[in-house]
Amino acid sequence: MARKITIQHQLGFTLLAWFLGLLMFFPIFWMILTSFKTEIDAIASPPLVVFSVTLENYIEVLSRSNYLKFFSNSVIIAGGSTLLALVVAIPSAWAMAFSPTRHTKNVLMWMLSTKMMPPVGVLVPIYLSLKYMGLLDTRFGLTIIMMLINLPIIIWMLYTYFKEIPSEILEASRMDGAKLWQEIIFVLLPMALPGIASTMLLNIILAWNEAFWTLNLTAANAATLTAFIASYSSPEGLFWAKLSAASTMAIAPILILGWFSQKQLVTGLTFGAVK
Amino acid sequence: MATTQTKTLSRIMNLPAIVLLFIWMIVPLTMTIYYSFQRYNLLNPSRRGFNGWFNYEFFITDPAFFAAIGNTLLLVTGVLAITIIGGVLLGLLLNQAILGRGIVRILFISPFFIMPTVSALIWKNMLMNPIYGIFAHISEFFGVPPTDFFAVIPLLSIVIIVAWQWLPFATLILLTALQSLDQEQQEAADMDGAGIFSKFYYITLPHMSRAITVVILIETIFLLSIFAEILVTTNGGPGTASTNLTYMVYNRALLQYDIGGASAGGVIAVILANIVAIFLIRSVGKNLEA
Amino acid sequence: MKLSSILVGACSIFALSGIAYAETITIATVNNGDMIRMQKLTDDFSAKNPGIELEWVTLEENILRQRVTTDIATNGGQFDVLTIGTYEVPIWANQGWLVPLTALQNDPVYDSDDLLPAIAGGLSVDGKLYAAPFYGESSMVMYRKDLMEKAGLVMPDAPSWDFIANAARKMTNRDEGINGICLRGKAGWGENMGFITAAANSFGARWFDEDWTAQFDQPAWKNTLEFYVKLMNDAGPVGASSNGFNENLTLFQQGKCGMWVDATVAASFVTSKDSTVADKVGFALAPDNGLGKRANWLWAWSLAIPASSQKQDAAVEFVSWATDKAYLELVASKEGWAAVPPGTRTSLYKNPKYLAAAPFAQMTLDSINAADPKNPTVDPVPYVGVQFVAIPEYQGIGNSVGQQFSAALAGTKSVDEALAEAQNITKREMKAAGY
Repeated sequence: MARKITIQHQLGFTLLAWFLGLLMFFPIFWMILTSFKTEIDAIASPPLVVFSVTLENYIEVLSRSNYLKFFSNSVIIAGGSTLLALVVAIPSAWAMAFSPTRHTKNVLMWMLSTKMMPPVGVLVPIYLSLKYMGLLDTRFGLTIIMMLINLPIIIWMLYTYFKEIPSEILEASRMDGAKLWQEIIFVLLPMALPGIASTMLLNIILAWNEAFWTLNLTAANAATLTAFIASYSSPEGLFWAKLSAASTMAIAPILILGWFSQKQLVTGLTFGAVK
Repeated sequence: MATTQTKTLSRIMNLPAIVLLFIWMIVPLTMTIYYSFQRYNLLNPSRRGFNGWFNYEFFITDPAFFAAIGNTLLLVTGVLAITIIGGVLLGLLLNQAILGRGIVRILFISPFFIMPTVSALIWKNMLMNPIYGIFAHISEFFGVPPTDFFAVIPLLSIVIIVAWQWLPFATLILLTALQSLDQEQQEAADMDGAGIFSKFYYITLPHMSRAITVVILIETIFLLSIFAEILVTTNGGPGTASTNLTYMVYNRALLQYDIGGASAGGVIAVILANIVAIFLIRSVGKNLEA
Repeated sequence: MKLSSILVGACSIFALSGIAYAETITIATVNNGDMIRMQKLTDDFSAKNPGIELEWVTLEENILRQRVTTDIATNGGQFDVLTIGTYEVPIWANQGWLVPLTALQNDPVYDSDDLLPAIAGGLSVDGKLYAAPFYGESSMVMYRKDLMEKAGLVMPDAPSWDFIANAARKMTNRDEGINGICLRGKAGWGENMGFITAAANSFGARWFDEDWTAQFDQPAWKNTLEFYVKLMNDAGPVGASSNGFNENLTLFQQGKCGMWVDATVAASFVTSKDSTVADKVGFALAPDNGLGKRANWLWAWSLAIPASSQKQDAAVEFVSWATDKAYLELVASKEGWAAVPPGTRTSLYKNPKYLAAAPFAQMTLDSINAADPKNPTVDPVPYVGVQFVAIPEYQGIGNSVGQQFSAALAGTKSVDEALAEAQNITKREMKAAGY
């Protein structure tokens, strides 16, 4: 009995998938919709689906806060920490993937375990350390912290991609007299490119959305979009429309990046789960 | 052919990462352990001094402590259950020939891109609010009195919010795993007349076990230290109904400014997290064998 | 070629002079309406103080508090002006973390004698002013005149709790979505505990006796909490245990509350254009129980200068600009008198233009004057503070106790259980703190 993909089946799955997809997306859709309402319409009961669109919330938010400053800090910190982490992680993952020792697995697990300390528990030590180094409220300081936070995940992800690359190819290039850096840059990286791309994406997402260190270690100079949100959440009175506008502006860049690169993310996000 | 030379070389290559992570681990950890034996309130520096095991004793005898451990585990397992079961089902669905697959996939993965604070605010204000929320309007439409989510089912509400954020991640990884499933094996099973469920149980599920392990491991690491969602929605209440360990540490550190107590709490949280990790690696870690 | 090099030279001279003279001060403030207005008036400050530039860090109240507290306690020096409340000022001043504002106190133009005595008293230690009040508030009853009339009642200027409870039950009409009374229920030392502690004072309850022993096992607390929970169950909105100031404000503005006992600053919001009931609101003093104390608190959001600031002179200029008489005139000229930050200066309450624009002015002043932070309740107490206890440990204790009371309101705990837990928590924390 051969597998039958009937039109009905396909239609049924399509409808179900679209329905569930829209359901998952609904909270975000609703927030974006609210950002175009007046404050009074935003809490109207029953909720308004048809309303007169206003841009006043965006105008107010843009006039009150220097969005570009928060935005560029987010870009610099998320992007910078990702690049920096790759520089450290690629050699490390290469080493563990192509000349593993009996400790490799333990080292990986130990790296992951550094993520288990609750950040609030170490806030004061970190705050004091950064203060003594003069790195409080600097993009550089925050970039380093973000890199350290995500480094274990990056190393692990890269490690799993590198494992899938047959080591014979690397050895062949070595036979041909390639130097180590040539081997990594010209042979390993091109082959692992999809994996590296999705690692980068995942890391940018995680760093962009990190809201503890970015809030607590910054003031005027290095504050990111999470601080931008914190200047609109729960003021006197409920300003849901303005909060929605600010939130939409904070998530829009990463959402759009995610949408455009979702294919990369989908094909690359395997953590070695595919054999 | 791994020579001694490449072995040494690879050690050197691995060194920066290890050194950096070691510093990142050991400096805060040492300071935290040191503080955990100190009487140290940020707002009352004059009382600072050695405090013995008092901070640990105080943290463990907190009436909220065992509730917090329970809530932490419930939060992690609840979210894991929803995201893995949901992720497998959604993965199976998205693996079908669907019209407009790219767009549907975008719809599904979007929640993963949202900042935790923002998603907590959306759910709290616009969906779960008992007066203005969409859910309240829906239940009123059916003539049912609206549920006050954060008072009646606080922990479950938080589980739902967090699961919404992590379901896309699980779905993505599980979907990728599914896509690599051997078609021939599937068809062979079809020939043998295997039913949908036995095919799923004997072929699909084992194939995905590795991916499921990865999801469990990564999500657990992040879920153990969840607190933004709690802070925004329930502040750990009512009572201690939605207080987890991280929130308890937060309470000591940034509401009480009791650095000694918070450090002791942090050390306890790390120990417990490592117990969970060892347990995890023992029970599912064999799947990770490279 | 030549022209461009001259231009470049000129630019660099300007750039250099800019660097040499402009001093940037960083101001940490909360995102409340009055502060946002202040931020929008930055240009006026810059015009008057050309050498000083302002950098704003505007954050939600809780995050702001944790940011500035961590910074000042670790001597981080990231801020030059802090927005803090009546709770922090005495504690921080005693630690030597704040710069006394002697320059302002001695400045005849600033006229510090004009500051409301109750407010200035809360911000001073040993006669020295450590923070300048930006706006001050007490609490009072806001009610719907139309609903009160419909219920066949007349609100006295100084109502009792019995009258409020009776009126609330009569006004409630859940089919029409009208709740007789909206009160804070969301856990937090600055949320439900602000209201409940102030109310408890009028029931004769206190946090600690003179030996710092917790008092939640006393009948006065039981009366307070039972009264509160029962009243809210009978006449409060759904989801009351998650409602704080913001949520109640919206409910009231939407016409869903008959009465609301909360901050006096809310008066200008419920009578503003955002409110659907703006023309129907009346005001009364916070209720009492015939024990000689009313349930009204005292709070002032104030500007202070941390000792860790490197730019204290510039910071004083800013604090002076933001809290002097001219600032009130400035806001009035731009937004009308009803929008000026209230509750800081005696002269404001003598200004006929303000009294005409703000129908709630007299009630606000009376409420502020009725609060006494040194003798907040019926029996003597060892602490200062009406709706809080001005000791460093209070924030944490207040939050934990607030959780218990919020649970009692949500019905997940009984009043007795909540009080027993509250007593236990407070005793533990006070013992650990060395009292």
